[in-house]
Amino acid sequence: MAVEHSAAPPAGDRARIHDIGYRSYDGPRLGRAYARRSLYSQSLRGAYGLGRSVKSKVLPMLLFVVMCVPAAIMVAVAVATKAKDLPIAYTDNALIMQGVISLYVASQAPQSVSRDLRFKTVPLYFSRPIETADYVRAKYAALASAMFILTAAPLLVLYVGALLAKLDFADQTKGFAQGLVSVALLSLLFAGIGLVIAAVTPRRGFGIAAVIAVLTISYGAVSTLQAIADARNNTGAIPWIGLFSPVTLIDGVQTAFLGATSSAPGGVGPGTGEGIVYVLAVLGLIAAAYGLLLRRYKKVGL
Amino acid sequence: MIATESLSKRFPRVTALDRLSVDVEPGVTGLVGANGAGKSTLIKILLGLSPATEGRAEVLGLDVATKGAAIRERVGYMPEHDCLPPDVSATEFVVHMARMSGLPPTAARERTADTLRHVGLYEERYRPIGGYSTGMKQRVKLAQALVHDPQLVFLDEPTNGLDPVGRDEMLGLIRRIHTDFGISVLVTSHLLGELERTCDHVVVIDGGKLLRSSSTTDFTQTTTTLAIEVTDSDEHPDGTRAVRDALHARGVDTQDGTGLPGAGHVLLLTAQGEETYDLVRDVIADLGLGLVRMEQRRHHISEVFRDNDEQRDGQRKEAVGHGS
Repeated sequence: MAVEHSAAPPAGDRARIHDIGYRSYDGPRLGRAYARRSLYSQSLRGAYGLGRSVKSKVLPMLLFVVMCVPAAIMVAVAVATKAKDLPIAYTDNALIMQGVISLYVASQAPQSVSRDLRFKTVPLYFSRPIETADYVRAKYAALASAMFILTAAPLLVLYVGALLAKLDFADQTKGFAQGLVSVALLSLLFAGIGLVIAAVTPRRGFGIAAVIAVLTISYGAVSTLQAIADARNNTGAIPWIGLFSPVTLIDGVQTAFLGATSSAPGGVGPGTGEGIVYVLAVLGLIAAAYGLLLRRYKKVGL
Repeated sequence: MIATESLSKRFPRVTALDRLSVDVEPGVTGLVGANGAGKSTLIKILLGLSPATEGRAEVLGLDVATKGAAIRERVGYMPEHDCLPPDVSATEFVVHMARMSGLPPTAARERTADTLRHVGLYEERYRPIGGYSTGMKQRVKLAQALVHDPQLVFLDEPTNGLDPVGRDEMLGLIRRIHTDFGISVLVTSHLLGELERTCDHVVVIDGGKLLRSSSTTDFTQTTTTLAIEVTDSDEHPDGTRAVRDALHARGVDTQDGTGLPGAGHVLLLTAQGEETYDLVRDVIADLGLGLVRMEQRRHHISEVFRDNDEQRDGQRKEAVGHGS
């Protein structure tokens, strides 16, 4: 079929071309690593609703505020009463706020991956230079970073407050560092669990419900069993039961290695030997989540 | 552009591609086949996303088995199905996809604005995609395939779900991708008719096997039929009849344009070459009539495949019988 070309403009000085037509692109093409970084930053921003509609900013921002306000209040109290220590340990904050953290991961993990699956955007990614592993790494890293921001921000508030209140610097810095390691592990673990569940539930609603269910039911069941074991004075079993829920796993790791006091019934945490099992379990779960995500995306490819 | 050599893809239960050898030149190439003929499987292999069971394939001179990422950097892909998130605007979405293709942020924004304008999306590009019509969504899908200025695009059923006007616009756009943008196109469809108007070359596959690969001029050149329509004058109250008689006198066979718009006023004749056009012009000028139109009526590719030589001969005899 013939295409109408407008006649070539006369080659005079007064000739002007208003429509510059198609311009080809000769600039740089930055390849896989750049694409992966772009996906990471887009997903990380998306986890706080940035670059998305106003509606989708509400929940993550609200949860972020809810995480930070109690820390700010505690700091205010500590400064005002000239306390010798903060009301809570750095490592306790995430456990106290676990409901908020669970809600965050339940809402943002499906947002991050279920949308691409549900609207079949995934093939558009894989028809570009990036590969399955790039996509999974970018998404995993983005959600884990978002969760780290969420869980580390209140710790930062506490730390800055503690320094303002002129509490012991070395003591506070050590506690802060231990807290950061703990929430980093927690972020990786929760993000992995959330993403795996979200990646198999393309419907966002189901994804949210499934993530909350897995996190709260497992914690509920484990706490109940631990309470029963405590009531029967079977304290040796408590640390082993704790291996079966993400929250108690993190609690166990920080009790054994990060100077925290266990929040398990009776305050019975794992010793160093059991603690190694805890660390291996956490790392194993993170690796398993990564592996499952890879397998899942190999299948949905194109 | 694309070369495959006895390319096969076997799944446990089906053979999707069966020793397919085909060469695709730069230009617009149609890939025709019924659903399940192996079109999508072929695109997947050409993008380096699925290994072939046997045989080899090259895209832009790069081996699909080893250079998949390099190929995907230089080609664009428009899937058949919906692939757009409803809650972002076309601009945001296409910018993101441009960056996924490796374009730096500034270039991604500039190319997005350019590309969306070229596919015909203007003010609406700032609104969320969820509110777009099917035609607009198809344009966004096309834009994301073109935004990184690829050398070749794979368009999988781009006219699916469009109304006739939208179909024509999309086909015109596809033609422009090659003529104006200089990008080669591989476009799939199960409708031969629409590819005839758009493509330089058509590859037909069925059951994973190559049925035919030839240029669209080959398909339609075998018989170039001219349709002519003339005015009447006082001297020749029935201009059509006068022309027919004059042409018959010069030994040119004509048929009535039965079944065509304006039947009764349209004459069909087989062009033997350049001289036929001159002859028609002279005959009409000598009679002092006005030539309303003279156009090539190309056969549709589907007719070529229908293997209906017999039938066509029968029609011609009938037409001649009416004429005399």
